[in-house]
Amino acid sequence: MVAAPSVPLGTMQAAATPARPVPATSPVVELLGVTKRFPGVLAVDHVDLALLPGEVHALLGENGAGKSTLVAMLSGLVEPDAGRIRVAGEERRIASPRAALQQGISTVFQHVMLVPTLTVLENLVLGMSWWRRPDRAELEQRLAGIRSAFGIALDLDQTTGELSLGEQQQIEIVRALLRRSRVLILDEATSMLTPQGADELGALMRRLVKSGLAVVFITHKLDEACRFGDRITVLRLGRKVGELAPEGLAAMDQAAAVEEVVGLMFGDRSIAEARAPRLRKAEGSPVLSVRGLTVTGATRLARADDVSFELRPGEILGIAGIDGNGQKQLAEALAGQRTAAAGSIVLDGRDITRAGVAERRRLGLRYLTDDRIGEGAVGGFPVATNAVLKEIGAPPFWSGGPFLLGGIERPGRIAAHARELIDRYDVRTPDEATPIGRLSGGNIQKVLLARELSGDARVVVFNKPTHGLDVQNIMASRNRIAAIADAGLAVLLISTDLEELLDVADRIAVMAAGRLTGIVANDEGARARIGALMIGRAA
Amino acid sequence: MSASLETTLDEGGADTSGPRRALAHLALVTLGPILAALVLSGLVLLALGVDPFAYYGYVAQRGLFSWLGLQQTLTRMAPLLCLAAALIVAFRAGIWNLGIDGQFLLGAVTSAALAPFLITVLPAGAVLLVAAAGAALVGALWSLLPALLRAYQQVNEIITTLMMTFLGVSFANLLVKLVFLDPGTTVPQTRTLPVADRLPTLFGTTISGGLVLGLVAVVVVHLVMTRTAFGLKLRTVGESPLAARHAGLDVPLLTVAVFAISAGFAGLAGGIEILGVHGNLQAGWNPAYGLAVIPLVFLARFNGFAAIVFVFFYSALMIGGESAARRIGVPHYFTLVLVANLLILLALAEYLDHRRRRAG
Repeated sequence: MVAAPSVPLGTMQAAATPARPVPATSPVVELLGVTKRFPGVLAVDHVDLALLPGEVHALLGENGAGKSTLVAMLSGLVEPDAGRIRVAGEERRIASPRAALQQGISTVFQHVMLVPTLTVLENLVLGMSWWRRPDRAELEQRLAGIRSAFGIALDLDQTTGELSLGEQQQIEIVRALLRRSRVLILDEATSMLTPQGADELGALMRRLVKSGLAVVFITHKLDEACRFGDRITVLRLGRKVGELAPEGLAAMDQAAAVEEVVGLMFGDRSIAEARAPRLRKAEGSPVLSVRGLTVTGATRLARADDVSFELRPGEILGIAGIDGNGQKQLAEALAGQRTAAAGSIVLDGRDITRAGVAERRRLGLRYLTDDRIGEGAVGGFPVATNAVLKEIGAPPFWSGGPFLLGGIERPGRIAAHARELIDRYDVRTPDEATPIGRLSGGNIQKVLLARELSGDARVVVFNKPTHGLDVQNIMASRNRIAAIADAGLAVLLISTDLEELLDVADRIAVMAAGRLTGIVANDEGARARIGALMIGRAA
Repeated sequence: MSASLETTLDEGGADTSGPRRALAHLALVTLGPILAALVLSGLVLLALGVDPFAYYGYVAQRGLFSWLGLQQTLTRMAPLLCLAAALIVAFRAGIWNLGIDGQFLLGAVTSAALAPFLITVLPAGAVLLVAAAGAALVGALWSLLPALLRAYQQVNEIITTLMMTFLGVSFANLLVKLVFLDPGTTVPQTRTLPVADRLPTLFGTTISGGLVLGLVAVVVVHLVMTRTAFGLKLRTVGESPLAARHAGLDVPLLTVAVFAISAGFAGLAGGIEILGVHGNLQAGWNPAYGLAVIPLVFLARFNGFAAIVFVFFYSALMIGGESAARRIGVPHYFTLVLVANLLILLALAEYLDHRRRRAG
């Protein structure tokens, strides 16, 4: 994946100092207002970032916060749609991984990018001049310099695949040093290390920045960011929501720093304040009862384990928790896309545990997936077709029924239906024949929501409905969810955004490792109780 | 080349209305490579010391403009159209069934084995019906293994269907030589269906009635895929299995159905060729029509009506090429050279067109 530039060994200098030392005050690399859109998602939204030599810059954020996209921009895997990149004060394009390396930006990716069957030496010289034999003596001399400066010792003749992941990571760091990098990006570098290994990496980062390197340390773990970072930038939903400078951090103790960062990660008040409080409260008997629902998943975390809850008409039940703790499995089990290993689901007094997707939908159980373009819609199909994708063959859009291959399409009816939904949900699209993949994430979301709410909906399951949307659409989506509940529907709102749940939910459950660890009412002090549940201090 | 032609069109054409432009553009990226392929293959002929104009003229004359040749061309279209129908179903549903040659041949064996035997006990109409249905069924069965592997284990069907073709071709041979051998001849072949009992010809010509079957197959497949709920389900599975599952479709079942329909048409193609033209199956016979039809279906962009047009011209090329092989001495494999050139240039045109669109 990473095409290394061919730097002849002879031109390499001692790694301890970067090639062109930059005054400590001016950034090596600067991102100015960079923005990147992917189909259906605004991944990075006007982010400014300055990487200073001699600093460990921690980039902190949850999955989908835009960290990986920023790394991809810096390492030349994607180019920003808007905004500028400056390297050592000059405006540059980083159009390819090769260009990134030539500008002195090296990246150690989360998954090791070494050839496991080659020796350490071979991996180190990979990508250098192929037309001449690597000078082993010189390489050893340089490695000795690296060992004395940073304490990394490598056995050149070992087969790479036999080394531990931590050791393999060190090879990649040495490779970056041999390339005389000015910026070293470590992408989720601690995710595969033991706690001890993480501490060692922290110490190594300290030594690296002392030599004048700028290190970018990407993580979703709060404590690591606070422990290892000189400067912390917090990303949320593609936006930079705050930055803690070294001066500020030095003045705080660790607990204070963590609190400050938590405030940044979850406290986007600007969105919440504009919304009117909800009027209606839950009433009547439960419309959906889930008892002991268990779904198996690929990993220990990604499953639902003995989940029970009840949902009343007009109620919004929020599911909070870190992404990947079984939320998706729970949602899919409710929608009928996964079979339950144990437990029961009862909708309006009717057991639907064994019912399929189509039957559950007909009975009024609707599911809005978090994967808008991959799962929710077929990007190449027109908006109109996507709007009826869950009702293929159903009248009035198809006529003739099962005897004519499931029915003959009635394009006029389908188009009229789509135009009505486009109008009612304010979907911004040229027309209903436009492929849905060309719309923005917010507009795709509106089409999917329109599809889920059409007909007789009773319960709507939302999985991360505002993920990847811009501010206006987040706002509009939350208002719509509140309006849906006000209209008497029951809503299950799965979100990794605690602020969103505190904004619209009536009750909030916390999900961790597939289990609901508790359900609390959303009133004064809910934030603190949910915080306690998330860390696991309460049952 | 494609880009420069396009510019001239834009400057010269006064009418720049949307649909017409789109149609002109489509014609350009389709016809451009065809003309270029004719030129390039002409150069190959020149290198072989053959006058390309004489060759093309002779091919056109024998395949298109002589009554006898035209009848042969139309007859040849029958199996090719059935194979096109087979591919359109599969490709539109995102299944790359490249095993149609094996399915074709086993369908042919089935018909060749059933028809001469049944004709002694059943009326001719019923024999044709049973033999054709048998061919389709055996073709479909031959795709069952790749279908199940794809549907339930996500095993790439390109590999499995191709491998099943090798097995199918050998198996067909084996059946002819060991099981259905006609004891009355010295040539290893099945017993022969009398000419009078074969598929009826059209309106007193020699054109096989299989042509009608082939045309109906392609048109029906096209309409089913574009206008019915079943077709939309298959296309959804083809575009995005994830979205299909989300929409409540039974993805594995639909996948198996696609294989069965596609391979069924391929088997039917083999049956039609035997019941309409040959009357028996000789050991070792393998026309490998599938290899030629695959590019044609791509060229038609999976559109049934366009496929009919391309199949017609390709049939003419085959028939003319076979005559030319006897008269001018250019091997009939040259038709494949022409198709290969066409494919390469077609891909090139797509690439240039894609780049031009991104640039402009």
